[in-house]
Amino acid sequence: MIEPDLEVGWVAEDLALEFPELRLVYMTIEARPRASPPEVRSRLRTLADRYTGGKAVTLRQQAVPWAYRVFFRQVGIDPDDNRTPVEAIALERMRAGGFPSRNILDDALLIATVETHVPILAFDEDRLDGPLGLRLAGDDERLGGSGRPLSSRQVVVADADRAVAVLFLDTAEGRGVHARTERIRLASVQVKGVPDVSVEEALWIARETLLGEV
Amino acid sequence: MAEVMERRYSGTPVRAPRVPVRPDEAAARRSLREQIAHLETELGALFCSAYPRTGFDWHVSSRGGPRVLSLVELEELRDELANRLSHNRRILGDRTYVEELNRCRIEEMLLAPEEHKWVVIRNEDIGERGCKSWHVRPRFGLLGMLMNWWRVRISSGCPLSRGRGPAPRPLTVRTT
Repeated sequence: MIEPDLEVGWVAEDLALEFPELRLVYMTIEARPRASPPEVRSRLRTLADRYTGGKAVTLRQQAVPWAYRVFFRQVGIDPDDNRTPVEAIALERMRAGGFPSRNILDDALLIATVETHVPILAFDEDRLDGPLGLRLAGDDERLGGSGRPLSSRQVVVADADRAVAVLFLDTAEGRGVHARTERIRLASVQVKGVPDVSVEEALWIARETLLGEV
Repeated sequence: MAEVMERRYSGTPVRAPRVPVRPDEAAARRSLREQIAHLETELGALFCSAYPRTGFDWHVSSRGGPRVLSLVELEELRDELANRLSHNRRILGDRTYVEELNRCRIEEMLLAPEEHKWVVIRNEDIGERGCKSWHVRPRFGLLGMLMNWWRVRISSGCPLSRGRGPAPRPLTVRTT
């Protein structure tokens, strides 16, 4: 069941055969990056208070973080080396002693990930070409068309034209959100074991935070 | 004719022609992915059991992902996870055995401190967090050593990060 504002991205056939439950869900909103309002900063403080050391340690035993860890393993990433987004946030919380506010976009993505454990990507809508999807990189392909070379058969997030991000790693130069962005496309990757409702909730939380509907 | 009949009904099994069978790689890959998921569950549970102990290696080398791994790579990953799991289980088993001995020793120290002179057991020796320690020391210093008066001194734990009690009030100068 997908909410009307959400769109489901395409998944290339060879990738879908390997990971039948892999899905990309996204939505587009009109919002500009700016400093976070006091309500968002207050929410970050509340969330930081809820994150204790014990909770961070047992995170990997919870269903959704576990599902992302397993997916990381299955695609050849060591989750103890390249942390899953929610574990990276938990580790940073322990290191920094809180969730310092950066800007409304980073704060919105962090709040959504902490609340649902589902990671969210953000792109500049005006720098994307058509619907987003997941596929394997081709031979001699470059990230963003002219960026760094991609390994063959690497899993990438792509628009109709080019790879715009390496899944769970880096975003192509100029495709992410910047100071002059007016429309943001929020995308979330669902893997086996992650319920639809968590993915949808993550996107809605990020949207509401960005639009100031908290 | 008789020869043919004899051969046909002699009861010897007829060999089926050999057709090369290609193993179902998709099923094998699916099975390996499930095994990896299962091992990750066990590794996660072990990680939580081992906390806060240190000295464990949880890393399983990366395969340059994210990408679709080959069958061989999936097998290698499965084997490496299984090895890491059994290795860490063994280490944890050894540690918990020593910790149990240390717990018993604390009880013995409390019952008969004079039999465990100068022994120190810290929280980390029993697999717990914090700075608490049990230290067998003589009562009244040198006199206790001569008189064989020993006791277990239990430390009060880690120093408070903010000090004891409320922060002191800033000094105010009254002007009249």
